[in-house]
Amino acid sequence: MRLFALFLHRLVWFVPTLLGLLVVTFVISRVIPADPVALVAGETATPGQVDALRRQLGYDRPLPVQFVTYVVQLVRGDLGRSLYTTRPIADDLAARLPATIELTVVAMVVSVLIGIPLGVCSALWRNSWLDHGLRVITVSGLAIASFWLGIMLQLLFAMRLGWMPLNGRISGFPPRGITGLLLVDSALAWDGPAFAGALAHLALPAATLAFPALATLVRFTRAGVLDVMQSNFVLYERAMGLPRALIVWKYILRNALTSTVTQMGLLFGILLAGAVVIEAVFDWPGIGTYAVNSIIRSDYNAVMGFTVWAGTIFIVVNLLVDVAHTLIDPRERTT
Amino acid sequence: MTGVWFVLARVGRDRSALLGLVLILALVVAALGAPLLATHPDDVFELHPAKRLRPPSGEAWLGTDRMGSDIYSRLLFGARITILIGVIAVGASLVVGVPVGLVAGYHHGWLSDLLMRVSDIFLAVPQVVLAILIAQTLGPSLPNVILALSATYWPWFARVVYAETRALQKEVFVESTAALGASPWRVTALHVLPNIVSPIIVRASIGMGFTILTAAALGFLGLGPPPPTPEWGRTIAESREFLPGAWWYAAAPGFAIFLTVMGFNLLGDGLRDVLDPRLRRARSAGDG
Repeated sequence: MRLFALFLHRLVWFVPTLLGLLVVTFVISRVIPADPVALVAGETATPGQVDALRRQLGYDRPLPVQFVTYVVQLVRGDLGRSLYTTRPIADDLAARLPATIELTVVAMVVSVLIGIPLGVCSALWRNSWLDHGLRVITVSGLAIASFWLGIMLQLLFAMRLGWMPLNGRISGFPPRGITGLLLVDSALAWDGPAFAGALAHLALPAATLAFPALATLVRFTRAGVLDVMQSNFVLYERAMGLPRALIVWKYILRNALTSTVTQMGLLFGILLAGAVVIEAVFDWPGIGTYAVNSIIRSDYNAVMGFTVWAGTIFIVVNLLVDVAHTLIDPRERTT
Repeated sequence: MTGVWFVLARVGRDRSALLGLVLILALVVAALGAPLLATHPDDVFELHPAKRLRPPSGEAWLGTDRMGSDIYSRLLFGARITILIGVIAVGASLVVGVPVGLVAGYHHGWLSDLLMRVSDIFLAVPQVVLAILIAQTLGPSLPNVILALSATYWPWFARVVYAETRALQKEVFVESTAALGASPWRVTALHVLPNIVSPIIVRASIGMGFTILTAAALGFLGLGPPPPTPEWGRTIAESREFLPGAWWYAAAPGFAIFLTVMGFNLLGDGLRDVLDPRLRRARSAGDG
């Protein structure tokens, strides 16, 4: 019951933040440009066409009225129509979401499964060759431009060596769609070749996306473990003669990981932002590629819709992370 | 001045921070001395179609691009754009974010809440996503990239300054200054601000790296300064259609971005160790 109250408390912050996001996007799209309608209409439109469009879109009404209309539309799930395909943007984004989710989740899982153990090892054997080697990886992971890393991996593994497919999600026909996640769908259909194909296509973009996240995780886990190792209860457990493995993997890790969970929210931001450019590099048919194509086509509505979508997803994830953090760390519940 | 020398001496003893400093100095030298260091300084605007896509050689150290221009020379001039974007965007973020953080931190009430909620909203969305929207709305150009990056980075400074100011408020010297009748302006400007310069500098150094990465991503997406500007991100985007043949075309600018961002990150980490006594103690205890 207390947890539920806490969840409600977080939810109270969620609504103003979301509303704030809408204000920011509204100001950027309607107030900053000299003439937002001309932007939507495109460069070739005549003044008459622009005026007609202005009335049609309701941009001739006062800004507060426009804002309310904008919010009401969004609450109904209406992001407007793409200027290029004239399809509803919400439908386009929903159709592309599974691809982005599959890529992001796999990258997240890879970075967690590799990053956390490496961070622990780095802390346990600090100043060893392993620690120094990992430091090089964490420093490069945060300094490398992910789109460039993707291109270099493509160059080496797809173009030169031919070990991996260059781009796309799958070659040939995808398995029957149930979830839209190709790995899950092909596994459900017992389609071995499709599963292998989907996995091969996923390898390079997921590795590219996972690299900076992995660097962050190694760094934070290392710092967290080192921090906890100094604490009195570890000293006590050592003095009691508890096996080192038990101290490390049970007691230290559980305490060190609470800050790592908070990092996951941040991590998701890194992954989501990274996915925008990495999807474009690998022609991955997700919402990132959609955003980039919309930029190229000056499909202004679509870019706007993508921003609202990505922002909302991100805010929701942060909310979930907050709740997860309270579930894991009992100290948070008392405050 | 002694403070500056103290910091420099400490940074000099930390090998990775020193490496960062050297990388940044190299970038500055490359940018300032571009006309002198470039082997083909006119190649930023001149085209040599006959020499296009040549591999690295004694004549073109890093090869030539699709227009036959020398990539090495264009990289040097690109460093100017990188520094310009980084310095102005981070500078503008400082100018906005630090006062916001100070005011929100020192005052308690609706203004403080409002300022921090606004910066929370900006922090709630990945920087590149908002920057894309702003740059797309305003149109691709150098000033617009800088504007998009400044508009999305200032909340980081506001956050840091806010937290530090709130912490300092409980210190005796701040309380007693206020009790002596100093105005809030005087307390914040003369007593709080000088004591939170360190975390601001650290944030600025890491922010430079972060901003340069985001700027490169915007350039790669075609939202940066238009051609023929030798912006690094755009150069990588241009090179893609000539892969796998012209590998040097894609490799060189990406490596330049990598070294630059690494320089600022390493320096930022090193400065944090030197300037923050709390972390220094934790670190020496942990690493010693």
